Amino acid sequence: MTAFYLNGTTVSVDLPADTPLLTAIRNELALFGSRFGCGAEQCGSCMMLIDGQAEFSCTRPLDSVAGRDVITVEGLGTPEHPHPLQQAFLAEQAGQCGYCLSGMLISAAALLSANPQPDEAEVRTALNRNLCRCGAHNRIVRAVLRAADQLRDTP
Amino acid sequence: MTAAAPKPALPGSLNANRLLSQWIGFDKSGRVSIRPGKVEIGQGIVTALAQIAADELDVAFERIDMQPATTATSPNEGVTSGSRSVTESGMALRHACAAARQIFLSVTAQRTGVPLDRIEVVDGRFIGPSGEIGSYWADADTGLLACEAPAKVKIKSAAERSIAGTTVARIDLPDKVFGLPRFIHDLRLPGMIFARVVRPATRGARLVEAPEAPAGCSLVIDGNFVAVAADTEATADAAATKLAARIRWDERDTLPEQTEMRAFLRASPAEKLTLADQPGRAAPTQTLRTQFYRPYLSHASIGVCCAVARFADDRLEVWSHSQSIFLLRKDLARVLGLPIEAVTVHHREGAGCYGHNGADDVALDASLVARAHPGSPVRLQWSRADELGWSPFSSAMLVEIEAGVDAKGDLVDWKHEVFSNGHLLRPGNFDSPSLLAAAELATPFEAPIAQNPPLASGGGADRNAFPIYRTGGLTLDIHRLLDMPIRVSSLRGLGAMVNVLAIEATMDELAATAGRDPVEYRLTHLDDQRAKDVIEAVVAMAGPRPAAPPDGYGRGLAFARYKGTSAYCAVVAEIEAEEQVRVRRLWIAADAGEVINPEGAAHQIEGGAVQACSFALKEAVTFDRRGITSNAWETYQILRFEDVPQVMTQLLPRPDLPPVGVGECATGPTVAAIANAIHDALGVRPRTMPFTADNLSLDMGNAP
Repeated sequence: MTAFYLNGTTVSVDLPADTPLLTAIRNELALFGSRFGCGAEQCGSCMMLIDGQAEFSCTRPLDSVAGRDVITVEGLGTPEHPHPLQQAFLAEQAGQCGYCLSGMLISAAALLSANPQPDEAEVRTALNRNLCRCGAHNRIVRAVLRAADQLRDTP
Repeated sequence: MTAAAPKPALPGSLNANRLLSQWIGFDKSGRVSIRPGKVEIGQGIVTALAQIAADELDVAFERIDMQPATTATSPNEGVTSGSRSVTESGMALRHACAAARQIFLSVTAQRTGVPLDRIEVVDGRFIGPSGEIGSYWADADTGLLACEAPAKVKIKSAAERSIAGTTVARIDLPDKVFGLPRFIHDLRLPGMIFARVVRPATRGARLVEAPEAPAGCSLVIDGNFVAVAADTEATADAAATKLAARIRWDERDTLPEQTEMRAFLRASPAEKLTLADQPGRAAPTQTLRTQFYRPYLSHASIGVCCAVARFADDRLEVWSHSQSIFLLRKDLARVLGLPIEAVTVHHREGAGCYGHNGADDVALDASLVARAHPGSPVRLQWSRADELGWSPFSSAMLVEIEAGVDAKGDLVDWKHEVFSNGHLLRPGNFDSPSLLAAAELATPFEAPIAQNPPLASGGGADRNAFPIYRTGGLTLDIHRLLDMPIRVSSLRGLGAMVNVLAIEATMDELAATAGRDPVEYRLTHLDDQRAKDVIEAVVAMAGPRPAAPPDGYGRGLAFARYKGTSAYCAVVAEIEAEEQVRVRRLWIAADAGEVINPEGAAHQIEGGAVQACSFALKEAVTFDRRGITSNAWETYQILRFEDVPQVMTQLLPRPDLPPVGVGECATGPTVAAIANAIHDALGVRPRTMPFTADNLSLDMGNAP
């Protein structure tokens, strides 16, 4: 049994300790926002905030997050209470197929916590681990900068 | 007996799917269901179709519910590909919705005595001189659409449209931004079991011995097809990894030498098709010979292929992200020996796929496992190695041009020769099913060899091989390989990428050789005003070269009209070439006729251009004599954020011209503009994709 904080509430999962965190959250906890892309920490589709850091979840064993704070894209915001990043991604229409977006949002959230006013180059560096195949990169960068502006203007 | 009079032609897919109720449904609660047979693949088509429908019906955009396609009830619109969805589905829906509006209004006019021209439609309500006299919702259940679409329908003029032609937010994006279940990968059904396939160690390998099923798993083995199923995904994953390590295959060399691909493409048995054979208008005073090579490319979707299948009572139900659910149904039925009516395929969204990837193949994999587990829904998901190693690729290609010019440098003759596998292996098109596992079964189906789609649909290896320029003479020979050591099918633009590269790099070189400006040179050889307009537009956008360019700076221009019939697109690329080539900025001007969703269209063009940068600079499928070695992101690199250029896009306003798709028009011109910019920067003519430092030194060494 592994217990941790998921999007602000305590959960416990009765799965083998080496079950990938991503699999546990998608299949056992039925939160489908985090995506499987490669299973090798090479694309970023599966990223979650673990104690505030953007981390891959596809190979990470479940028991490694025992007692820790895990935030998935669902924990950033909801249609009723969107995170400024989610609002900005919609405002910029920053996505085509959308498969990579959860990971992008998580990487961007980690960036904005550490550096609330990044410049464009810093955004690109922060997102460089996240792959997008549709070519939505520039819109994603604009969305992150827009969210940063909004966070600055509404403290 | 007299033959029935032929039915009048209707626009797009409506011609073959004439029943209005198949496309449109109204609900008493004030909702409109629109049911296209085209599918969302991340390109935003569902939103554009909803705009067209809302506009023609005169209902608020928000009232439209777009229904995912299913073979059970949707109109059969063939394949969602080739930038044809707006033309085929959009124009069908425009006509169908105008017809529906006309039928409802006529009935209302008859019933109330209010003349047709006095009735206004306001968000689905019919307003006469003295108030509301009806609505789509009031007559929702009266079966008015249980008829074929009439041929004569009044379609709105461009000026009358208020939704089509405006930027509307994508319908599907909120779910994807909030992480809500929407993808095929997120589908869960009661009693679902999870499966993985264990593909042969290398191409053509035969199964010698499979170990026992790991605890808690069941094996499905049929010839060289091996899959494992379990109650949980983690168990199935772990079992597949364990099996792959222990299973024994008899492997052999079946692939060509990667370093000898040019020779392989030239020497392989091939079917030769001569598409043009017109002699030159004069004897050339000078002849330029060029040759361009592109390796196999992967779709490299970010999501892995996935399908859900349930087999029960001799019926098969499949959920798939296929671009061609009707054709997939046909091949699934053939492989499983079922009548076609016993198979239903429902579309669910997947990750962007840019053409025919493994979406259809994984549906057969899931179906084979489902047949062995009757009653249980089976979810089968590929691994990243399956995805990059076994999805159909885009064929390696060789294009050779021989251009003859007169003393002024103007063209008098042009010969274009293409060596390539076909670019179509989609299911349902061949005597034998083309799905991957069909050829692996104990009683195998013969694996078809990729064909080229007919020229009327834009062709395949020959796509964009016809130069748009006045060339004097024209000889055009297409060699379609009859062997297919590496399985290939359709990828964004098919042969257009390499043909446009070849034509546009050759035009650039001809201009330079004649000491002429590349823009003037192109314009001189063009008759088509729309073509000239996009070239002039992109030159104006890019402006003059910087006064003090950085080291390694280069600029290049290229242009094409996609398929010769679709969108016009001109690109200026600005690069910096140091150890590696980096694309800094792209300016793009396009003319796609009427544009349904300007922001959506711009986004498609930009996305295509950014992806083209990745093709141009980074991508190549690698292999040894036995198998694909680029089966991870480490070995199949794509463009990342830090390397993505700025992209400026302009769509020329043509609201009165027929709309065409834009998803593929930027690919060829972007690759070619980068090649021309590299020459500008380094003086080398890139002939070998991708334009890496290694390939550029090779091309420099090979220069005459």
